[in-house]
Amino acid sequence: MFGYYIDLALRSLKRTPVLTGLMVLAIGLGIGASMTMLTVLHVMTQDPLPGRSAHLYVPHLDPLPLTYQQPETAPKPNDSLTWPDAMALLRARRAEKQAAMAGGTLLVTPQRAGLQPFDISGRYITSDFFAMFGVPFVAGSSWTAADDLAHAHMVVLAESLARKLFGNANPIGQTVALGNNGSAPQEFRVIGVIRDWAPKPLFYEDSAGKPYTDADKFFLPLPTAIDLKLSFNGNQMGWGHSDGSWRTSPVVSWLQFWVQLDTPAQVAAYRQFLIDYSAEQKTLGRFQRPATNARVYSLMGWLQHENLVPDDVKLQMWLALGFLGVAMLNIVALLLAKFLRRSGEISVRRAMGARKRDIFVQFGIESALVGVGGGLLGLGIAQIGLWSIRQRPDDYAHLASMDPSMLFVTVVLAIVASALAGLLPAWRACRVPPALQLKTL
Amino acid sequence: MDIQPIFAALRKHRIPAALIVLEIALACAVLCNAVFMIGQRIGEIRSPNAIDEQGIVDINVQGINPDTANADIPRDLATLREMPGVSAVAALNMMPLGNNSWNMNAATSPDQLQSKDTPNVAEYLFTRGGPDALGLHLLQGRFFNDDEYADSKLGSNYLPDAHAALVTQSLVRRLWPDGNALGKSLWIGKNNRYTVVGIVADVLRPDTNGGENAHFLSAFFPVSPAAGMQDYVVRSASQDRERIVRDGVQKLETLSPSVVVEGHSFTEIRDKYYANARSMVWMLVLVCVVMLAVTAFGIVGLTSFWVGQRRRQIGIRRAVGATRAHILRYFQTENFLLSSAGVAVGMILAFGINLYLMQHYQTTRLPWYYLPVSAIALWLLGQLAVLGPALRAANVPPVVATRDG
Repeated sequence: MFGYYIDLALRSLKRTPVLTGLMVLAIGLGIGASMTMLTVLHVMTQDPLPGRSAHLYVPHLDPLPLTYQQPETAPKPNDSLTWPDAMALLRARRAEKQAAMAGGTLLVTPQRAGLQPFDISGRYITSDFFAMFGVPFVAGSSWTAADDLAHAHMVVLAESLARKLFGNANPIGQTVALGNNGSAPQEFRVIGVIRDWAPKPLFYEDSAGKPYTDADKFFLPLPTAIDLKLSFNGNQMGWGHSDGSWRTSPVVSWLQFWVQLDTPAQVAAYRQFLIDYSAEQKTLGRFQRPATNARVYSLMGWLQHENLVPDDVKLQMWLALGFLGVAMLNIVALLLAKFLRRSGEISVRRAMGARKRDIFVQFGIESALVGVGGGLLGLGIAQIGLWSIRQRPDDYAHLASMDPSMLFVTVVLAIVASALAGLLPAWRACRVPPALQLKTL
Repeated sequence: MDIQPIFAALRKHRIPAALIVLEIALACAVLCNAVFMIGQRIGEIRSPNAIDEQGIVDINVQGINPDTANADIPRDLATLREMPGVSAVAALNMMPLGNNSWNMNAATSPDQLQSKDTPNVAEYLFTRGGPDALGLHLLQGRFFNDDEYADSKLGSNYLPDAHAALVTQSLVRRLWPDGNALGKSLWIGKNNRYTVVGIVADVLRPDTNGGENAHFLSAFFPVSPAAGMQDYVVRSASQDRERIVRDGVQKLETLSPSVVVEGHSFTEIRDKYYANARSMVWMLVLVCVVMLAVTAFGIVGLTSFWVGQRRRQIGIRRAVGATRAHILRYFQTENFLLSSAGVAVGMILAFGINLYLMQHYQTTRLPWYYLPVSAIALWLLGQLAVLGPALRAANVPPVVATRDG
């Protein structure tokens, strides 16, 4: 019976090629636009570190004065940590693993002939970073907490940078000359090489970066970077006056901090520790706001808090869905017109013993066929849409492509949308009374 | 035209009538908001900017040695100044619409708390010749004098020790609503006080997010050459820009091999900044056009179906003396009534969507005149869509009424 209905549906659709074409085109455009935007959202909100992200958290302190009002345009100072706070959390070692970090761009002066000095971005971190984030090493290893304290001149390189600097020679034990632009470079010993590794989004960056394109090519101990006054990227936000260097100032925030907590109990304990720490700082007169402002963000929660998806992308998604709604309404209208025009055919079938259900199924299948056609067209249109997004200059643009799950969702969405759109017309069609129609045939 | 029979007929075709109304309503709601967004974006792309946009070139230098910056920068500027066609040069800390951005909270007294009264302001610093190199428009007061540049060192807190400042018109409106700003004090925190010596026409800031009102909140300070002044602004006639970018970059690279130099004309910087807004506009336009087409097809399809259903009634009307024009007008009136209902529902939806967007995104209220404009647009669309089927209806011969079926 099913085969027969498909055959009937195909015949009926062939009878009105223009109308069928319009329906397929409308649903195809609606699906194509919606899937383009859904795919972009999907790649932008994906888990950057599957398997590990559930154990990674951000401690959030609030050292701002009571009088501080957050201007709408500026980054939030309490989204980063001050040097004294970061060091206190590091020394307390209350989490399974913890690391403080900040981004930086340095000038590399290669020793190989024929290579000009070039700028390279990387990160100043403390020793737990690699183990906590599960960064894959291809050679050598990380430094230790003792090296952090000793302000060791060591560096871990990404594979691509190591190859650029040393060719096929073993980079472990070699030295790299790194320094601020315009001042004398410092020698660093290569102790490890990692596989090129850049989670998307680069969740441990602050809001000044480009989380979908940035990648770190070198890693060196944070205390060493402070020591050598290496230049930092990212937001530096101050809210008061203090003497001495801004880097170690208690009123300037600029560091990111991540901890690994394996159980809910550990998370609760860590939050309590942050509250106790804030209360202690309050009695010392450094903090002014309620100690309970301190909290722990999970990795995915932190990404939400950082609000990485631009408003434009969300707006475009709403627009695309609105468009899909219009397309669906349209299909309802056209199918209704089409089905009710065939009242004669319906009443003949009803008179010969077809049940209402059979009629309903027959017309449902016809709508679903339109859906399949629209879905395939929608896939094509979505690919064109994604291609055009990839041509844009945005940070996330190059990521816009479909994975198998999104392909599947597209086709399913198309069929569901047009079957839904076909429900009302099919229901109207199966209520055509047989006798009345036969009279007028 | 008597609309009573139309209502009677529509009552018999509730579902198709409701569908047309819904379709027009949804299209109206989405279109209004899309067109509104297009307008906002175009306004943004066309933001005025009171500098010589056509004649400015930005040569960005990364990696000036802080210890020798006070000698290197004047040397670099002198080199750029000597190039043929250059009329003015200066070193700045950042460019309007550029990537780098220095901001501060400005107040009119030292003890004002950081609050709504202390707007976040873009902090432009430039060396001598800055106003000329940028092409600032002075509205009141004066530009800085030589001593003000020479005495101003850049402090460790990223603020200059100058005592003079220029502010934009928008900042005056924000901090001194009565418009008297000349000679008044601008405070950054408790320790930095600046006297407003001049008011300039609005200049855009590096990042223009944070609502339309904040785009032009900028202040300018004099500074002697120091590290951090990494943008050399070179002004010339617009036809010389390409050559100046090319030669300027080359000259600076040979002067100090350890720095990284990049040159762009200001129009390039501006185009790059608004590239996203432009692509969004095109996308919205495309969506609007396709949506209008889809809506029109829906109306055509439903009306055709109707006409097909009512051939007999039309035949009867023709047989009892209705002219073709009557029939045509009947369907046009019917469509007009449906469109009107659709627009009414659609406008309520449109303002609802707009309210939601206002709460969640940076949009403003939908202006009232969208209502008549979109009503007229959708009426026209409906009339165009119904024309074909209505003409076919008008061509139904009266004899149809006499046939059985």
